Amino acid sequence: MSALLLAQEAATHVSTGEAISFWVLGPLALAGGLGMIFARNAVHSALFLVMTMLSLGVMYMVQQGPFLGFVQIIVYTGAIMMLFLFVLMLVGRDSSDSVVEVLRGQRLWATVLGVGLAVLIVAAVARALTEVRPLGLAGTEANGGRGNVANIGLKLFTDYVFPFELTSALLITAAVGAMVLGYVDRHVRGRKTQKELVEARFRGEHDRPSPLPGPGVFATSNSVATPALLPDGSVAEESLSRLIDATASEKLDEERKAVAGALPGPDARALAPGKEES
Amino acid sequence: MTRAQLLADDPIWLILIKAVALLLLGALATMAMIILERKIVARMQHRPGPNRVGPNGWFQSIADAIKLPFKEQIIPDTADRKVYFLAPIMSTIPAFLAFSVIPFGPEVSIFGERTVLQLVDLPVGVLVVLACSSMGVYGIVLAGWSSGSPYPLLGGLRSAAQVISYEIAMGLSIVAVILYSGSLSTGDIVDKQASGWYFYLLIPSFLIYFVSMIGETNRAPFDLPEAESELVGGFHTEYSSMKFALFFLAEYVNMVIVSAFCTTLFFGGYMAPWPISLIDANYFNTGWWPLLWFFGKTWIFLFVFIWLRGTLPRLRYDQFMRLGWKILVPANLVWIVLVVALRAFRNQNDISPTTILVTGGIALVVLIGVVFLLPERAPRTEGQGVPVTGGGYPVPPLDLKVPNKADLKPKVRRRREKAAVSAGVGTAGGADAQKETEQ
Repeated sequence: MSALLLAQEAATHVSTGEAISFWVLGPLALAGGLGMIFARNAVHSALFLVMTMLSLGVMYMVQQGPFLGFVQIIVYTGAIMMLFLFVLMLVGRDSSDSVVEVLRGQRLWATVLGVGLAVLIVAAVARALTEVRPLGLAGTEANGGRGNVANIGLKLFTDYVFPFELTSALLITAAVGAMVLGYVDRHVRGRKTQKELVEARFRGEHDRPSPLPGPGVFATSNSVATPALLPDGSVAEESLSRLIDATASEKLDEERKAVAGALPGPDARALAPGKEES
Repeated sequence: MTRAQLLADDPIWLILIKAVALLLLGALATMAMIILERKIVARMQHRPGPNRVGPNGWFQSIADAIKLPFKEQIIPDTADRKVYFLAPIMSTIPAFLAFSVIPFGPEVSIFGERTVLQLVDLPVGVLVVLACSSMGVYGIVLAGWSSGSPYPLLGGLRSAAQVISYEIAMGLSIVAVILYSGSLSTGDIVDKQASGWYFYLLIPSFLIYFVSMIGETNRAPFDLPEAESELVGGFHTEYSSMKFALFFLAEYVNMVIVSAFCTTLFFGGYMAPWPISLIDANYFNTGWWPLLWFFGKTWIFLFVFIWLRGTLPRLRYDQFMRLGWKILVPANLVWIVLVVALRAFRNQNDISPTTILVTGGIALVVLIGVVFLLPERAPRTEGQGVPVTGGGYPVPPLDLKVPNKADLKPKVRRRREKAAVSAGVGTAGGADAQKETEQ
């Protein structure tokens, strides 16, 4: 009984160590959250979120919930954020968010729901501060004779077994759903056979009945950038790859001008010579 | 006094001594491991190995440790500088952090203060090691990403996928140990093994842990994130000087950690091995002696790491993933259900061990019978025509009849011999000719 009283006293009184750790971790967590929102790069955002999660995990440990703290680090920081990073790396390092809004009116709804969530959290915290009598988690006695881990396990498999199973069912459903959506068979809608394709081409459903003419490879050179020539000797525009042609000509544009003497010469009165184009 | 109580009244100076000792332990073990690895792998490959610095080359690690920090630092232009700096730190710190929960020995006296050879004994000690290993991957993944070059990025991607998959197998293999010991604290797990080490009580768990611990530390044959024949250096291709040294350090410290953790979970931690434990009422399990047993066991695992590296070829990526997800994880789940069922039966006291054994035997027989009843997989139909070996090259049939030279007419024989001399006699020439005709 005395241990219980001690625990109560500990719960109402904040020790120096706890205060210090709170004032170190709290701003860190907040900075992480803000950084996540305002960072330009998606990977930096993810890293800021990792910082917030780590700070929260350590806070749980300080609050006598070591199991919760380490599970937070293992599951959220270790597994879930790692998956996020994995996806971000697959998307590419320099891709940033597009500013085009896909969901209409999402800002309005985000504001409304965000305010609602804030109200809920404030209400819950206010109630916890005023009405709920804290027992504290320190020591094995305060938990009815068992430790922190054993208590969580017992509650999970007795009182909360149904919500627990429900959550796992939800997660499995989500995973299976993601797989079903991810691996949609593209041939279900009917991939056209060659015959159907030919008929469609001649019906005019495509730009032209034949494929595009190939480049003039082997006629004069073996480069795919070589244009094919029509019977009258003119260049068949369609045989040129837009990509290859454009890149080559753009690259050599300045050089061609320089050779032709079309570039402006160096300014005689300037100290620095004219900008050298490479 | 219990372990936690002994640790709780440690004075500050003792905690500092322990922390510094752990830091030194990591660095020294890394240096010892590097020279040992080079020497042992060299011996396995019939070459001398490093033999220049110091007696027989045993100071090579010291020379390397001095040289590495003084090399030039090169930061690629495309690198994301902040993350590039952060990555080596993020991989090193968790590696050292995990040492804090490993119990190195029982109660001893340090400068007159009774304490335990362990920095902290958390009620969730096992989770600390798991959390540290999952945080260490961030270093590798971020190093790959921030280098801004394709090979490191591929290495980082591989590492992320690899560690996520093998962490599941590793976590599940620890579940059986926790079920048996009834605690998540590393100290308690060692104490509970006084009646029997878990590596033979929980063989499947131990085997799965062993495989996943090699996968988790990115070591051969699972060193796909730094496969030098595929990815140059993998995630640390663009790193040099001290930052590279930190990755090196993290990798070797991680190896020491998983080995020490394996010793703790399955090999009785610091307890003396069997014949020695009988001497003088387990005298060698008191005082500072257990430190010897602990490091002995750990170094056996570290030797196995080196041994595997010298023996096994690297797995292909899909084979590696298949091993993790389709073999280790399901086998582990089945084993956990089995352990839980056995314990549930045992907890009901009216069931004797004989009943369990008989039931298990019957179940095994039924299982074997069912396996026999399963239809056999249809034998592979051999392709018609040219027989093909496993390597995919066409070879002559095994029952090829070579005409006897004596049977041939002398004229034919003479002509053939002449042709053979002009074409160059030998099996190689014959094989080439065969290949050409096949093409």
